[in-house]
Amino acid sequence: MLDLPWRFIAILLANGLLVGSMYALVALGFVLIYKATDAINFAQGEFVMFAGFLAAGATHLAGFPWWISALLAVLGMVVFAFGLERVVLRPLLGRPIIAVIMATLGLGFVLRGVATLAFGGGTQTIPLPVGDEPVLLGPLILPPIQLVGAGVSLAFLCGFGWFFLKSRIGVAMRAVADSQQVAMAMGINVRRYFALAWALAGVVSALGGVLWGAMLGVDNQLALVGLKVFPVMILGGLDSILGAVVGGLIVGVVESLSAGFLDPLVGGGTKDFIPYLLMIAVLMVRPEGIFGRRRIERV
Amino acid sequence: MLALNNIEVVYDNAILVLRGVSLAAKAGQITALLGANGAGKTTTLKAISGLLHSERGEVTKGSVEFAGERLDRLPPHQVVERGIVQVFEGRRVFANLTVAENLTAGAHTRRDRGTVKDSIDRIFEMFPALAERHNQAAGYLSGGEQQMLVIGRALMSNPKMVLLDEPSLGLAPQLIEEIFAVIRRLKEERHLTVLLVEQNATLALTIADHGYVMENGRIVLEGPAAALQQNSDIKEFYLGLNEAGARKSYREVKHYRRRKRWLG
Repeated sequence: MLDLPWRFIAILLANGLLVGSMYALVALGFVLIYKATDAINFAQGEFVMFAGFLAAGATHLAGFPWWISALLAVLGMVVFAFGLERVVLRPLLGRPIIAVIMATLGLGFVLRGVATLAFGGGTQTIPLPVGDEPVLLGPLILPPIQLVGAGVSLAFLCGFGWFFLKSRIGVAMRAVADSQQVAMAMGINVRRYFALAWALAGVVSALGGVLWGAMLGVDNQLALVGLKVFPVMILGGLDSILGAVVGGLIVGVVESLSAGFLDPLVGGGTKDFIPYLLMIAVLMVRPEGIFGRRRIERV
Repeated sequence: MLALNNIEVVYDNAILVLRGVSLAAKAGQITALLGANGAGKTTTLKAISGLLHSERGEVTKGSVEFAGERLDRLPPHQVVERGIVQVFEGRRVFANLTVAENLTAGAHTRRDRGTVKDSIDRIFEMFPALAERHNQAAGYLSGGEQQMLVIGRALMSNPKMVLLDEPSLGLAPQLIEEIFAVIRRLKEERHLTVLLVEQNATLALTIADHGYVMENGRIVLEGPAAALQQNSDIKEFYLGLNEAGARKSYREVKHYRRRKRWLG
C-alpha cells in the first residue's frame, strides 16, 4: 500500500463533495436559463450575493427569524428574476447573443452597487440554527454547515430532476429547450416557460445565497461563487442538468485537493485557479463537456 | 369551417408574401393546397396557426375565421386551444425527448389530463412502429417513423383540424403511401378536417376532396379534386403529363404562354 495520508485525503474528498454539491446548486440556475432561453446569465453570482443580502437584511434589519428570512429571500429573488425577464431580457429576445451577455454583465455590477448601498459594505451573517461543533463521521471531521448546505442542495437537485424529467411542465420545458418554434406549434406558451425558467433560477439563487452566505458571510465577495459556475458548466456540459451536478462535484473535489496538497507547497492560492486550468483543458479536449448535448443527426 | 378571406401577409413590415388569398376548408374534408416552392403555401398555414408572429410576419389585410371566430390576432397556443394544430414540414420532432414525451408535449393544451395516457395508447395502436420505440430519443427514429410521430403528436391535442405541411417530403414511395392512408383514415374515422399542403399534386388530389393551386402568393385555380385532376394545366405543370399526340415544339410555346397568364 502506498504511503499516503489516507485520512487526510478522505477528509479533503468529503469536503470537496459537500462544497461541490453547493456549486452544483448555483450552476443549476445558470443551466436552466441557458437551456430554456438560450441566454447566458453572467449575473448568476450576483443573484446569489443579492439573495444573501436579502436574507441577512431580513434577519438583522427587520429582526425576522431565520426561516422567514430565507423564505423572504426566495420570494424576493423569484419576483426579481421574473421582473428582470419582463423588463430587460424580453425586449432583447432575438437580438444578437452579445446583447444579452452585456446586459447581464452590467446587471451584475448594478446589483453589487445597489446591495452595498442598501445593506452597507460590511460582512453580515445569516444565523442558521446550525451548530459550530464539527461532526465526526468515522475518520471524517465535517463542519455542520457544509453538511446542511450539501443536504439541502442535493435534495433540491433531486426534486428538481424528478420534476424536469417526469412532470408535464418539465416535459414542456424540455420541449421548449429542444425547439421553441415547434413547442409553440404544439400549443406551449413559450414566453410563460421563459418566465418560469427565470423564476426557478431565482429560487436556486436564493437557496444558494442563504447557504453560501451562512457559510462564508454575506458581502460583495459572495458574488465570486458565481465565477466558479463557469468551470462547473464547461466540465459538465452547458446544457445538461446532470452535468451541472457532476461538474459541481468535480470542481469541489479538485479545489479541495489542490487546497490540501498544492497550497502548502507554493504558499496558497492554487484552489482559486486550478478549476479554471481544468476548464481550459476540457475546452480543448471535449468542448461539449461530459454530458453536453451533441446534436442528434441521422446520416 | 375554416375560411381565409382575402388575406395579405407582410414579413418585416416590408416583404409582401401573400397577396389576397381566399380559401375555405369544409368540416370533415381534406382540402389540398398545391403549388411550387415559394408560392406561399407554408406562409398560408402559418397565417392560420399564428406562427407568423414569431417570424416577424403579420396578416395586414383580410381575416382568418374558424368556426365563426377570428384567429388572425391570436398567439399560436390559443389557436391550438381552439382546435387547429400545424404539422411542420421536415419532420420536426423534439429530437432529445423520447417518443412518449413527444406525445405528452403534444397534449400540453388539454384540460382532461387523466385521459392523456389513453390517447398515447391510441396513437401507438395507429402506429405500432412507435410503440416499440416509445422510450427512445425521437432524433434516432427513421424518417417514416418521425413523420408518424409528428402526426401522432399533433393528434394528441384532440384537434378539430390539422394543417399538414408536405408530409411526403423526402420519404420513400411506400412510406408516403402509408402516411397518406393514415390521413385518409383520420378523415373517415375521426372526421378530422385537413388542410394538406403538397408539392406532390398527383398524390394529394387522390385523397383530397377539394383543391387550391397557389402561385406567387395568390390562389390561381380552385375546384373539386376530381375536376382539378382532369384540368389540363394541372396535368401538365404538376402531374407531368402531356396531351397525347401534341408536337413538342408547339406545346412549348403554348406552355410558356399559359404559364405566363397564370403568373401575371
